[in-house]
Parts: sequence; structure tokens; C-alpha cells
Amino acid sequence: MNFKVMNFILAAVTLLFSTTVFAAAPIKIGALFAVTGPAAFLGEPERNSAKMVIDEINKSGGVKGRKLELVVYDTAGDATKAVQLATKLIKDDKVVAIIGPSTTGETMAVIPVAEKEQIPLISCSAGSKITDPVKRWVFKTAQNDALAVGKIFEHLQKNRMTKVSILTVSDGFGASGREQLKQQAAKYGISIVSDDTYGPKDTDMTAQLTKIRGAHAQAIICWGTNPGPAVIAKNARQLGIKTPLFMSHGVSSKKFIELAGEAAEGIKLPSGKVVVADMLSGSDKQKKSLMAFVKDYQKHYRAEGDHFGGHAWDAVMLIRNAVEKGADTAAAIRDQLEKTRNFAGIGGSFNYSGQDHAGLGKDAFVLVEIKNKDWVIVK
Amino acid sequence: MKRDLLLFIAFALLIMVAPHFFHGGYLMNVLVFVGINTMLAIALNLLLGYAGQISLGHAGFFGLGAYISGVLTTTYALNPWSAMPLAALVVGCLAYLIGFPILKLKGHYLAMATLGLGIIIYIVFNETVDLTGGPSGLSGIPNLEVAGVVFDSDVKNYYLIWGVTLAVMLFSLNLANSRIGRALRAVHDSEVAAQVLGVNSRVLKVQIFALSAVISSLAGSLYAHTMTFVSPASFGFNFSIEVLTMVVIGGLGSIYGSFLGAALLTLLPEFLRGANDYDIIIYGALLMIMVMFMPGGLVRGIPALYRKIFKQKGEGDNA
Repeated sequence: MNFKVMNFILAAVTLLFSTTVFAAAPIKIGALFAVTGPAAFLGEPERNSAKMVIDEINKSGGVKGRKLELVVYDTAGDATKAVQLATKLIKDDKVVAIIGPSTTGETMAVIPVAEKEQIPLISCSAGSKITDPVKRWVFKTAQNDALAVGKIFEHLQKNRMTKVSILTVSDGFGASGREQLKQQAAKYGISIVSDDTYGPKDTDMTAQLTKIRGAHAQAIICWGTNPGPAVIAKNARQLGIKTPLFMSHGVSSKKFIELAGEAAEGIKLPSGKVVVADMLSGSDKQKKSLMAFVKDYQKHYRAEGDHFGGHAWDAVMLIRNAVEKGADTAAAIRDQLEKTRNFAGIGGSFNYSGQDHAGLGKDAFVLVEIKNKDWVIVK
Repeated sequence: MKRDLLLFIAFALLIMVAPHFFHGGYLMNVLVFVGINTMLAIALNLLLGYAGQISLGHAGFFGLGAYISGVLTTTYALNPWSAMPLAALVVGCLAYLIGFPILKLKGHYLAMATLGLGIIIYIVFNETVDLTGGPSGLSGIPNLEVAGVVFDSDVKNYYLIWGVTLAVMLFSLNLANSRIGRALRAVHDSEVAAQVLGVNSRVLKVQIFALSAVISSLAGSLYAHTMTFVSPASFGFNFSIEVLTMVVIGGLGSIYGSFLGAALLTLLPEFLRGANDYDIIIYGALLMIMVMFMPGGLVRGIPALYRKIFKQKGEGDNA
């Protein structure tokens, strides 16, 4: 009798322990976003989107019965902090993968840490040098600047415009864009007739635009993030410049249209498909993901989801898919990430491989034009 | 004198055994930065606390050290151990040359001039893309190496950085207690009186400015070789202000105060991280309270607070 009771208790205890052990081991994912500071316009939507999608996944029962846990730290856009916090995520929080950081500079600073500690890093920043050359543990979800530049140049080539003026911002985003613009121009038979820069905090670009007016280009390409490009659009209008103005994907959010107002009309820019999600044809592979993201974001934050948030959404989903295929350690997740094929996310259709950790093709961008304060796809 | 030496030895021992309590966790990494920031705070304190000359451009010297080391060891494949003194030499000469015209200025005007200097250096980092890599930074800087041991982990870097920091501290303590230290304090109180007593205040100010820049440059080089990456954003105006805050919060004219200030300002954000979005408010409020109630800095405020509590308790016992 006693024996039986003992046995029963033992069995019950074992059962209890085993279930709690399995249920209570969430998979920890770290995230580094520049939620405050000059790059907050990237970090905030990224954090919001990552939190949102993790919540959704957990609400629907997690992945293979396991919950995902997100540990987010704010880097304030500072490379030193990003490195410290990456170390914290790895050593103290013991995460199996890291999403972020938001800017190219921070990512370049964190890469040595991720490589050394052998933790997969999925960056949300665009700089080409993050994955070129390929680093074993480093992936990224943001579209390469090279693809955006290609999209603009293709359009120019089609319309037989061969002389362009470029005006880029002197920060990481602008510097990378400038490099790509200069590098690819020859390939499309385009010559750059003037090359100017402006400071990220400048409030008047009349001087640069006056010079550009004298250069007689057929198109002006401006590479920057808000609010600079809006000032440029307004200045160009004030100076009566009629030359077609092209912007980068750095301003593809409603915020830019708000800031530039009337002056935004007619500006063309390459953009992730998220801003034109509802205009895409039903056959577009990304449409389902895009609509889900836009609707969710609207529901959670009463704001329009932009493609910056999309980078974080893609990163979380990529990890989720890897976990679903049975990976739960850093090394296994890395291997599964590299096997990702045809994942239709927000930024584009991802195909990672041993030689390509950026994973996106030219179809990641569409060329859009601003008409009546909204986006229209340029055919 | 003997007491001072004992205090320093006790401090050094404490620093050297500290890692055994942290088991190589994340805090080790933060403590490495406490070391770098202590060096910077001491550098600025020699100038501001002892000689009474303000500088709002020290992040610039720090950055120059980091970038010169970084560029020489990556683009020109120089050995880090030769790049570091070379960087210090260049920065020292630069500070010496700029020091003569700049240090003629006083008060707000000196603050403005050094502020301008810091911003110019920052702009140079950003705009000379071919040399510095521009805003997206310079990566691939090698770690330091001694006899086959590569300083690539937090624990190794801790001993490296703190070894140098302790040397800088010892040097500064000796300097402060020397004839030069007394001359500096005389200049601080009254330049005219100091000159009457035979102190060449013009040259002395420039020399201490150059020394301060050299220590900052050394800290910068060490930063570059431990981080293996530098970008201009780390050397902006904000960082100059942060170093200044460390010096003031820690205690002007005290070498240990600089350590306390650097430790507090580097560690505090880590402990406040749990407070999510409110950490910045708490951080600001704490700094304000400290300046209000400890105007002499932590190094004088903490003993005063201790005495106050102890004394009140004693009086209570008597009653």
C-alpha cells in the first residue's frame, strides 16, 4: 500500500517536473534597436514590429510548443553601447540569436562580437558591406542600397536620361548611397555631372541646389533620410528647378509626404512594397505577408507600418521559421537561416545561401511616384 | 606621503582582484569602459580641476587617438604598439601648437574655442571618407598583442586597460603632489599671483593641455584596439560633455574623484536599464541631486555624508 502511494507520488512528481521543464524553456532572442537618439525613426518601428510579431506568435501557441522571448535593448544609435549590449545579450541573457542593430555603423561594430561568440546576427540596416564579404554568422533583412540605386538607374536608362546630379547626406546612409551611385553609374551609361553633400542637421540646401541648377543635369538624385530630403524638395521648388527629382528608399514613409507637402508631388523613389501593399496584384508572393503586417501594425499602434519595421518583422519570422525546422541552438539556427528559400517577407523574397547573406533580388523594390499625397507604382 | 602610497596600493589591489567576483560576465565589458573613461576623466581633471582651464573638446583628442591608431594599423598595416605612441605624439604636438593661441582665452571664450576644436575634429572624421571610412566607421582594427597573447577577451582587456589606467593614475597623483602640481593650483587660484611667484603660467597651461591631450589620445588608441571598430558618432560633442560631467560629479582636483565619477556615469545606465523608458529621467534626476547636495563631488560628498550620519547617531546616543 505504502509502496503504491510512494510510486504514485514519484510518478506524479516526475511528470510534473518534465512538463514544467519543457513548457518553461522559451527560446530567447535578443534585439538591439536605436529606439532613442538620431536613428529613432528606425529603431522605434523596429522595436514595435518585433514585439508585435513575437506577441502574435506566442498567442497562437508559440513555435513547436515553445514560446519565443524577446529581450530588447536601446542602443541610442551609439556603436560603443551597441557592442556592450550585444555582449550583455550573449553573456547575461544567453540569447540564441540577435536582431539588429538599426544602423550600419552599429552593425559593423557588433559583427566582431557575433563572429567571436558564434551567435547569429540578423541586422536591420542596409549597408552593403555588412554581408559583403559574407560573414559566417551575419545576415541582414534590409535591402542593399545597391538594389535601390539599380532601380533608379534602370528607370533613367529607359527614359534616356544620362546626366544626373547627386546630393547625398553626410552620414552612414548617405555615404553608402553615394558610393553605390558612383559605382553603378557607368554600367547604365549614366554620367554624374555634379556630386554634393549636405549635413544631417542642415536646414537649408539652397546653396547646393543652386550649384546643381548650373550643372544642367537631366535628373537630380537625393540620398538621405528625414527631414533633409523634405527641405531639398521644398528648396528645389522655391528655386523653380524643373529637373525631375529622385529620392532614396530612406524617405519612403508618409512622414516625408507630410514634411514636404506640396513639394513632394511628382517625386519618384524606390521603395519597399509595404507602402503600396494594397495596390499590388494578387499574384504577388509578398502580398499576404504585407497585408498581415500592415493590418497588425494598424491594430497595435494605430499607425502606418513602414518598411523599417518590416526589417524587424522579417528578422523575427526568419528565426521563427528556423526554429520551426527544429533549430533551437545558435549554431542550428544559423544553419537553418542559410537554408532559407523563397521566404516572402516585407522587404522582399528572401533566398539566403552560403554565398549570399543579404538574400534579396531586384524585385524587392518598386519605383513609386508621389501623386495627390499618396504613392503610385511607376510602371 | 606614505599614506598616499598605501591608499594607491590598496586601490590597485582592489582593481586587480575585482574580476574574480564577476566570472567574466557582461559587467567585465562595462568595467573595461570604466577604465577608459577613468583615463579620460583624469586627463580632463588635470586641466580643469588642477589648472582651472576648461575644455569642451576632449572627445576630439580621444577620437584622434582612436582614429590615428585605427588608420595606421588597418590601411598602413603598422604594429599597434608603434601606432599608439605615434598617435600620442601627433596629438600632443597638435595640442601644444593649438594650445598657445587657445589658452590665452579665459572662461566662456576658452570653452567656446575648445568646443569649436572638438566639432572641427568631429567633422573631419565624418567627411574624410577615403581615410576614415566616414560616418559608417572603420572596422577590422587589430587587437593588441604581447608575446603571443592576443588581448581579445573582456578579461584580458580588463587587465590591459586597468594596467595602463593605474599607471596614469600613479603618474597623475605624483604630478599633482609635485612642484608642478602646486604651480598648477596657483595658476588656478590666481594667474597674476602665480606669475609674481615665478610660475611661467603661459607655458605651464599649454604643457598641461598637451599632457591632457596625450592621455586622452592614449585612451583613444586603447579604445580602438579593444573595440576593433571606430565611428565618428562615439567622439561627438555629447561625449565631451559626458567626460566633463564625470570630472565634476567625481570631484574637481581629485584623481580618485575622477575614478568615482567615471565609474558612476558608466555603471549607472546599466543599473537603470530595468526602468525601461524612464531610465533617462532617473539618470538626470540623480545627477541633479548629486550636484545640489554634493557640490564638491562624490570624493568629498561621500565622506561628508558618512560623517553626518555617524555624528547624528553619536549625538542621539548622548541624549
